[in-house]
Amino acid sequence: MFHIINITILLIALFLALYRFLRGPTLTDRVIAFDTLSIMSLALIVILALYFERMLYLDIALVFGLIGFLGTTLFGRYIEKGI
Amino acid sequence: MLTFFGFSFITLGVLAFVVSAIGLIRMPDIYTRMHIGAKSTTIGILLVIVGAICIEPSWSFKLIALGMFILMTNPLSSSVIARASHNNNTPHLNPKNRDEYRQKREEI
Repeated sequence: MFHIINITILLIALFLALYRFLRGPTLTDRVIAFDTLSIMSLALIVILALYFERMLYLDIALVFGLIGFLGTTLFGRYIEKGI
Repeated sequence: MLTFFGFSFITLGVLAFVVSAIGLIRMPDIYTRMHIGAKSTTIGILLVIVGAICIEPSWSFKLIALGMFILMTNPLSSSVIARASHNNNTPHLNPKNRDEYRQKREEI
């Protein structure tokens, strides 16, 4: 029951960050919002692993965090130097 | 009792995420947005991980590995974005502010 409440609050935060991701005036705003979104969905995966009581989902969370970090770094390089 | 502490830690972390999302909308500048997008999400994910360790103590190895990974990579990625947008000549909110990094770069 408490997990459902936490997931609902987290989904509200996700949609608020998604507003900045869709609206942001420049590319840098979108990259910042993407970084925030990736960390938030990582927390969502951890709470879902607690809700379904599966330990395997934590591996997915690790790989997701790695891919989010790589994407953010790559976009930072793209902003700075171009392709 | 430990489960109760776990749920309260997770709720605190999720509220930190809500604060981060509201700040991402309300802040006026790229640098302030990046500031709130990196710091409060770090404290949020660490509180969620501490709560998950309190609820399921047998998962603590993977959860601690995840927390160490987040603690290493999240400031790094925000620093990369800040450096890139500063090198890209993104204007500050107040252009009269002192900018020692830019002065140093122009000297070189």
